[in-house]
Amino acid sequence: MSDFWRRFRRNRGAVVGLVILVLVFLLAAFAPLLFPGSPWDMATAPFVPPGEEGMLLGSDSLGRDVAAGIAHGARISLMVGAVSTIAALSIGVSLGAIAGYLGGIADDAVMRFTEFFQTIPSFVFAILLVAIFTPSIGSVVFAIAVVSWPPVARVVRAEFLSLRSREFVQAAEVLGKSRLSIVLTDILPNALSPIVVLSSLMVASAILLESALSFLGLGDPNLMTWGFLIGAGRSVIRLAWWMSVFPGLAIFLTVLALNLVGEGLSDALNPRLARQRGGAA
Amino acid sequence: MELSRLPGFLLRRGIKAAVVILAIVVCNFLLIHAAPGDPASVIAGQSGAADERFLAQLREQFGLDKPFHVQLWIYLKGVLTLDLGFSHRQQQPVWTLISDRLPATLLLTGAAFAFAVTAGVTLGTLAARRVGRWADSVITVIALTFYATPIFWVGLMLVLFFSVWLEWLPSFGMATVGVELSGLAAVLDVGKHLILPAATLGLFYLAVYARLTRATMLEVADQDFVKTARAKGVPEGQVVRRHVLRNALLPVITFAGIQAGQLIGGSILVETVFAWPGIGRLAFDALLARDYAVLLGVFFCTSVMVVLFNLLTDLLYAVVDPRVEVEG
Repeated sequence: MSDFWRRFRRNRGAVVGLVILVLVFLLAAFAPLLFPGSPWDMATAPFVPPGEEGMLLGSDSLGRDVAAGIAHGARISLMVGAVSTIAALSIGVSLGAIAGYLGGIADDAVMRFTEFFQTIPSFVFAILLVAIFTPSIGSVVFAIAVVSWPPVARVVRAEFLSLRSREFVQAAEVLGKSRLSIVLTDILPNALSPIVVLSSLMVASAILLESALSFLGLGDPNLMTWGFLIGAGRSVIRLAWWMSVFPGLAIFLTVLALNLVGEGLSDALNPRLARQRGGAA
Repeated sequence: MELSRLPGFLLRRGIKAAVVILAIVVCNFLLIHAAPGDPASVIAGQSGAADERFLAQLREQFGLDKPFHVQLWIYLKGVLTLDLGFSHRQQQPVWTLISDRLPATLLLTGAAFAFAVTAGVTLGTLAARRVGRWADSVITVIALTFYATPIFWVGLMLVLFFSVWLEWLPSFGMATVGVELSGLAAVLDVGKHLILPAATLGLFYLAVYARLTRATMLEVADQDFVKTARAKGVPEGQVVRRHVLRNALLPVITFAGIQAGQLIGGSILVETVFAWPGIGRLAFDALLARDYAVLLGVFFCTSVMVVLFNLLTDLLYAVVDPRVEVEG
């Protein structure tokens, strides 16, 4: 553990990312204390510029506090990011494990299925899913999970393919362990590090995807989100630049932090691969 | 690849593409049925604009009284003859709506793609030749930044900077409203409107291509044939252009194919921000009106575009790189 922390700390960007991430977490956790009451309530006059009348980041077209919106939006962004990543991981890990461990026809079928999902324009598909199942936090999480599992399936499959012929797996088979328990207790724990690295990047892209959906008006209509704030500020950008600038900065900082932490995790978990990164997000 | 084996390769890829397109149609069909409510009301739009007669006509058209597989067959036949349904909202066939907007979207994505590839490959080459120096770190920082920024927000910030504050460039539409222009003036007008949306869409991919080019160039530069070329006394510029860059471009081609779907998705957001009259804007309007026939049509058409583009990159790759496997 201390070894892990030492390697993580060596990546300075990752430490900065971790600090930003902790701050966003604190903001989300203490939002009801920092900004009591609903972020939808009018707090002051409309279009108050930042820093005036006690509005740190200004007010929007209905006199709502932009800072309160950002703080409350942080809860939703982090929650959607985490939950949809967990959902995508469970789809991706199951399919990848089946393909990699069983091989043969199962592998072929799963990989064709995965390729199909990687071919279709995922954002258009996500829009379609949310629109058809009516916008709500549930349909948003579902849509994000459905379009983000393929990379997990690929990574897990590759890990399982290489691990299943190792001696310790063969030993477990000879001992008569069931397939399911071999997969869960012998192979999966050894395949965890790439999954961990991937999931931090997936949370980041889930947050971006959620913000894009709510920017288009597909967010849960009862929840304040960062994407919604930017969408609301879009038409009045000439009047109130702060309405779109600050929520966007919040998204940028959070996603950047998650990406940096992901790189740090990658360095710490498999130092060998640290230099090969780059390219696809 | 040998040219004589090209037809077989093309056939296999063509079959694969056809299967994917078929799967997309089935996917659309299942979605219509999975949605809450009767498929006819889903297609007509839920907000109550459809009258009973229209609903009855839709039910008949989809064969909703027939068994499931017959319904699927009717739907398949419809889509494959480019009958994507009728938009009750806009009182026009969906295919007409989409084909009207297609050129604008192709112009936008094409311009963004060209910008991203040229600038990205140039920057990546620069970074690879100056590893560890400031240009290298600047490019890495730019790439990291654009990975983490929502594309629609980049668009808004460019509008804020170049349209609102500097007043250099128009912030919406494809042409100046209320002015009759012809010839070169009209082209220049569209070009001026194109700069901000294309830059927005292209910036993200610029970062991706810069990183990719840098990584593969560093990899290729270590290989023996490059050392041989240097040892033979080939000038440095020529080594970079003809030996390193040419080989480093292969992953860029592959990646362009993979990214095609994302480029289309991004164009929905960019067209929404800049009111660019393309398919993305059509999808956004359909979204506001809950016009599912149009949304399903947009999903189908964009998917087909991606599949065709993938086919094109596969072909390009096979022609450019003689070592490519003819498999699959």
